[in-house]
Amino acid sequence: MNENKHAAGYLARGLGTKKWFVIILALALLHVLPWTIPSHIIHMMIMIFIFTIMGQGWNVLGGYVGQFSFGHALFFGIGAYTSTLLFLHLGLSPWFGIIIACMASIAVGLFVGLLSFRYGLSGPFFALIMLAFAEIFHITFITWKAVGGSLGLLIQSSGNAPLLMQFTDKIPFYYISLWFMAAALYVVWRFEKSRTGLYFMAVREDKDAAEALGINTFKSQMIAMAISAGMTAIGGTIYAQYLLYIDPDITFGAINSVEIMIRPIIGGPGTVLGPLLGSVVLTPLSEFTREVFQAYSGVYLMIYGIVLVAVIMFLPEGIIGFANRMFEKFRTR
Amino acid sequence: MSQTHLLNITNISKSFQGLKAISKVSLHIDPGEILGLIGPNGAGKTTLFNLVTGFLKPESGEIRFDGNMIMGLKSHQICKLGITRTFQIVKPFAHLSTLENVAVGSFNTTRNIKEVEEKSWNILGFVGLEPKALDPAHSLTLPGRKRLELARALATEPKLLLLDEVMAGLNPTEQHEITELVFKIRESGTTIFIIEHHMRVIMGLSDRIVVIQHGEVIADNSPKAVAEDPGVIEAYLGKGAVIA
Repeated sequence: MNENKHAAGYLARGLGTKKWFVIILALALLHVLPWTIPSHIIHMMIMIFIFTIMGQGWNVLGGYVGQFSFGHALFFGIGAYTSTLLFLHLGLSPWFGIIIACMASIAVGLFVGLLSFRYGLSGPFFALIMLAFAEIFHITFITWKAVGGSLGLLIQSSGNAPLLMQFTDKIPFYYISLWFMAAALYVVWRFEKSRTGLYFMAVREDKDAAEALGINTFKSQMIAMAISAGMTAIGGTIYAQYLLYIDPDITFGAINSVEIMIRPIIGGPGTVLGPLLGSVVLTPLSEFTREVFQAYSGVYLMIYGIVLVAVIMFLPEGIIGFANRMFEKFRTR
Repeated sequence: MSQTHLLNITNISKSFQGLKAISKVSLHIDPGEILGLIGPNGAGKTTLFNLVTGFLKPESGEIRFDGNMIMGLKSHQICKLGITRTFQIVKPFAHLSTLENVAVGSFNTTRNIKEVEEKSWNILGFVGLEPKALDPAHSLTLPGRKRLELARALATEPKLLLLDEVMAGLNPTEQHEITELVFKIRESGTTIFIIEHHMRVIMGLSDRIVVIQHGEVIADNSPKAVAEDPGVIEAYLGKGAVIA
C-alpha cells in the first residue's frame, strides 16, 4: 500500500504560493503601518510584539513540551539585566548584549531544567520551581546594591544611537520588535512538524510512550528549555532598551510571569500563532484599562483573571482552537 | 548461557515495598519466535515487561539482549538497541494526528523527514489505519488505538516487540485481524513477546508459552503442554480442578 499519492507534504513544512502571498502582504502592511498611526498605538504594537516574542518563548516549553512555567519572568529579568549591566559597566552595545543575555538565560534555564527534569518534576512542581527561581533572583536583585537594588537601573539616553539600540523615536523599536517577533514565529513554525517538534509534542502527550519509542525525554525537555529561555531573554533586552529603565519588580516580579504566560494560554498553547493572538487580544486590553483606571493600578490584573476564567471555561484550546473548530465546521458544511 | 538467545533473562527479582512482584524469573527468547506470557491477574506480567524495557530496575539478576547487558539502561536507549513495547492501557499522543504518532516512532531509525513520512504511510497501510491517517489520535476508537500502538511500535523497527494485551477489549473478528498482523510481523523477521489474556488467541499464536504466578515461572513449554500442565490449571482454576 505505498502509492505515491502520499509521497510528501503532511510532515515537512512548506508553504503554498497563496500563503506566501498572505504572509508577505501582512509583513508589508505591518511595515507601512507605523507611519500612519499615532504614537501611543505604536507603543501598543511594540508591546504586542515584545510580549509575543516572550509568549512564544513560554509556549515552546509550556505549549509544546507541556512543562508549564510559572516563572518566566526569570528569563525576562536575566535578559533585561544582562544587557543593561554590560552596557552600563563595560559600554558594550546591547546588540552584543542581547547575545550574551541569551546565553546567560540559557545557562540558568538549563540549570533549573537539570534540577527539575532529571528527577522527573512536572506539572505544579515544575511551575513552583520556576516561580521559586524567579523569586530568588527578584529578592537578590532587590537587595544587591551593586546592580541597582530596589531602585533599579536607569540607562542614560545617548540620543539617537542605532549602534547602541537607542532611538529618540518609537518607530525603530517597532521594526526591531517586529523582526524579532517574525523570527520567533518562523523558528517555532519551522520546528513544529520537524523531528524536534514532534518529539516535543510526544513528550507532552505521554512521557512513557515517548520513552518507549526511543525518545530521550530528558534531552527533549532540556532543548525546549534552552530555546524558551533564550527567546524570552531577547524580549527582556528589547524591553529594557525601549523603556531605558528596569527594576527588580517590573522584570523578575511574579506579575510579569503571569503577563508572559497568560498570552499563549489564552491565544492557544502549543500553536505557532497562539502567543500572537493572545497578545493582540490582551495587550490592548491591559494598556486600555491601565489608562482608564490609573488610580487603581491592579484593575488590569482583575480583568486578566476574568478573561482567563472565561477562556478556560469556554475555549479550553484557546482562541486559535476555537477559530480552527469554526473553520472546520464551515469547511465540512 | 549461549549467545544464540535474543533475550536472556536470568534470575531477576523486583519487589514493591516488600511485596515480591517478580521473584527469580529466568526465561529466554530465541530469534524469530513468538513467546506467549500468561498468568492470573497480578502475576507480574506487565512488571516483567517494565523490567525488560527499563521502566523499572530489577533488584538482582541480569537481562541480556543480543549479548549486551541492558539492565540499567534508560528506556529510550533500550528502544534504540531494538526492543520496543506497547502499553496495556493504550497511550496515544492524543493531540497529534495518527500519521504523526507513527512518525514519532519512525524517527527512531532515520532523520530524513521524507523517508519518515513514506515509512509511516506504509505502516499505517499495513495495520489498516490509512483512512484515519490525518485524524487526531483521540478520535480513534479502542480497536483503532490498539492498532496505533502496534503501528507506532513497528515504526521503530524493533528486533524484539513486546506486546502487552493488544487484544484486550476487542471482539473476535478484530482479535483475528490483529492475530494475522502479529503473524505477518513475525514473518518480516521480528521476534515477538506477547502478554495475552484470551487463551484461545494465545494458544494459537505462540510457539512457546511461559506461565507466571505470584512472580514466579510455573511453566515454560509448548502451548499444548502448558494447557495440560496440572500446575497451570491449578493456578487458574484453584485446587481440585485438576481432578475434576
